[in-house]
Amino acid sequence: MSVAIAPEERMARSYLTDGYNLKSWLLTTDHKRIGLLYMVSITLFFFVGGAAATILRLELMTPKGDLIETADAYNRMFTLHGVVMVWFFLIPSIPAVLGNFLVPVMIGARDMAFPKLNLLSWYIFMAGGIIVLATLIAGGVDTGWTFYVPFSSMFSNTFVVPAAAGVFIVGFSSILTGLNIIVTTHTMRCPGMTWDRLPLFVWAQYATSLIMVLATPVLAITVALLAAERIWGVGIFDPRLGGDPILFQHLFWFYSHPAVYIMILPGFGVVSEIIPCFARRPIFGYKFMAGALLAIAFLGFIVWGHHMFVSGQSMYAGFVFSIISFLVAIPSGIKVFNWTATLYKGSIRFDTPMLYALGFIGLFTIGGLTGLILASLAVDVHVHDTYFVVAHFHYIMVGGMVMAYLGGIHFWWPKLTGRMYSEWWGKLSALIVFFGFNLTFFPQFVLGYLGMPRRVYEYTEDYQILHIMSTLGASILAVGYLLPLSYLILSLWFGKHATGNPWSATGLEWQTTSPPPTHNFEETPVVTEAPYAYDPVVAEAEYRASLAEIEERPRVNHT
Amino acid sequence: MSTTHELLQEPPLAEHFDDLEQQHLSAQLGMWIFLATEALFFGGLFCAYTVYRRMHWIEFVVASRELNVAAGAINTAVLLTSSLTMALAVRAAKLRERRWLLIYLAITIVFGAVFLGIKAFEWSEDYERGLVPGSLFTFPFRPEFAGFAEIFFLLYFLMTGLHAIHLIIGIALVATVAGFCARHQYVAQGENLVEMTGLYWHFIDVIWVFLYPLLYLIDVHR
Ligand SMILES: [Cu+2]
Repeated sequence: MSVAIAPEERMARSYLTDGYNLKSWLLTTDHKRIGLLYMVSITLFFFVGGAAATILRLELMTPKGDLIETADAYNRMFTLHGVVMVWFFLIPSIPAVLGNFLVPVMIGARDMAFPKLNLLSWYIFMAGGIIVLATLIAGGVDTGWTFYVPFSSMFSNTFVVPAAAGVFIVGFSSILTGLNIIVTTHTMRCPGMTWDRLPLFVWAQYATSLIMVLATPVLAITVALLAAERIWGVGIFDPRLGGDPILFQHLFWFYSHPAVYIMILPGFGVVSEIIPCFARRPIFGYKFMAGALLAIAFLGFIVWGHHMFVSGQSMYAGFVFSIISFLVAIPSGIKVFNWTATLYKGSIRFDTPMLYALGFIGLFTIGGLTGLILASLAVDVHVHDTYFVVAHFHYIMVGGMVMAYLGGIHFWWPKLTGRMYSEWWGKLSALIVFFGFNLTFFPQFVLGYLGMPRRVYEYTEDYQILHIMSTLGASILAVGYLLPLSYLILSLWFGKHATGNPWSATGLEWQTTSPPPTHNFEETPVVTEAPYAYDPVVAEAEYRASLAEIEERPRVNHT
Repeated sequence: MSTTHELLQEPPLAEHFDDLEQQHLSAQLGMWIFLATEALFFGGLFCAYTVYRRMHWIEFVVASRELNVAAGAINTAVLLTSSLTMALAVRAAKLRERRWLLIYLAITIVFGAVFLGIKAFEWSEDYERGLVPGSLFTFPFRPEFAGFAEIFFLLYFLMTGLHAIHLIIGIALVATVAGFCARHQYVAQGENLVEMTGLYWHFIDVIWVFLYPLLYLIDVHR
């Protein structure tokens, strides 16, 4: 069977077969292998953060503290959940895994501009991660992921300095990833890959990287100052010296609001690849899509004060921050409308990545619109620090980013591993994730609106029914996350061999083999047309032919 | 090929680049982006300085008078001169004058070390005069301002300390590059390395150009 031999031959010279020992992975400078190193690491952190979330949700099923008995322990648990999920899962998720793997392939380059720095970034990430995990084992931190002073600097008796050190260190890993992506996009594009032919995924990684390199250093100096204050007992934010704790909030949110966009822009990139492919239509308004990414990245730097409406900052500053926050809705709206317009008159297929992408659009829209509610000065006073805020940002970060990450992992899984996963299980889990997510977080909007404050472990009995719904949803969501973990891993042994382009997608990454060879292409590709050259009529036939070809492939290697 | 050309080997090209120009552009762009992150890293401190100077301007003036302006001025001259020798080193690398390259790098290191020496002298002086924030802080000169003067000295030590750490890294980098160029017959990647190290060195210099007037010269014009 000639069909049976072809994939084995191809496997024989892919980046995965270029060395099998541990050293060939731990000392690799291949951006694809580094992407996989990141994937394994952040998956680990995701389940650590997820375990913490599970404990929080179980505790909140009853109005009294029974599973977690003290407010202190509860504080440590949600801090752990926040720190791990924000810095060790969400921020590196798409940029460091898919971005690392795909950006060079998508622009026709052989590797990132700085392969050694790329590897270094993973080691820095792991160093920061190990410090944070050690902190957690030693007893944890109770400040929340925001580390607000003066509580964190003068009153907390927990391990603030080691946790801050972990965050400080991991920041440099995202700076290095961002720096690498920016330089790679500028200097490594293959002939014909002009800026207006760049896939929107690359635009999204580029915009994200700008935020990473410009915002992260400010976080670094902020947590360094916090650590200095704790270690030496005098500090810049210390009111006894005339310092201003509000300055900490300004500096912290100068990073952390843009960081929120680090946690959503890459998702935009993934969805912008998936939607045209499964609607078989060119993306609607390419230039506006790219421009909107840059506009969101830029606006992200001048809205941080909307986190501080009730902090005592100037009322006039509040006005300005509120208005600029509303402006973010314009580019975000462009994105949602253009994805929807791309679907119009398309030939839509509901494969697993598409289910995640469609789920993303709906959930991101809800998350974005509730963001506008929070950006309104008067309403924010009512819902500030309630579950309304918690629900809002989980719609963006989990409903948005995690959905996009999973959609992207499924979409490019054949490219990453050379294997197809089980489509049936894929679709089922996408639906479970969507249902579980909404059941978890929609009741939290209601809870917050009714006045349930965040970060407390006991509450009055009126809220219980909504909390039970939320916990039930979280259990369903957990199943939805464990399923892909299982069938994706199993696909490595039992999945069908993927062709180079199983989805009949456009884009350079689909023109090389699955998985790609070590330097991505046999010869440097030349780009001659605009991206997303899909045709709903012709491509449909191609797509069926490609699936039929995969069907004929054997499930396991016979070597 | 002439014999001189053989001595001056081309810098080796990493396999993922197409040509030397692409490699050079990438290194340059990468370095500038890194310097942008460094500027924002210091930016947090400059921001705090601006806010507190406006809030406590009298204390800042009084506290600033206690710094050793002369030592700061000498240090400014030393560091600016070191930037000159660094620029000359970059030029020597471009012209492939290996001997001059090493000489200029060595002078740059010496200037860097002199700066650190003078800075250490200043710090020990500050320590003896009770200007180090914390339990040792006494500020005997104008005790009525001691309260908020402490935050000035905190900023002073953090900013000059962070600057000194950068300078130490800079000296280590220059020494490494010099060692690399001394070992290899010619510079190999040296040209790129010297240029990038030079950018970093000038950055450290520029930071000091801001620190000196903001910390030392607040009250000098009167
Ligand atoms: Cu924000």
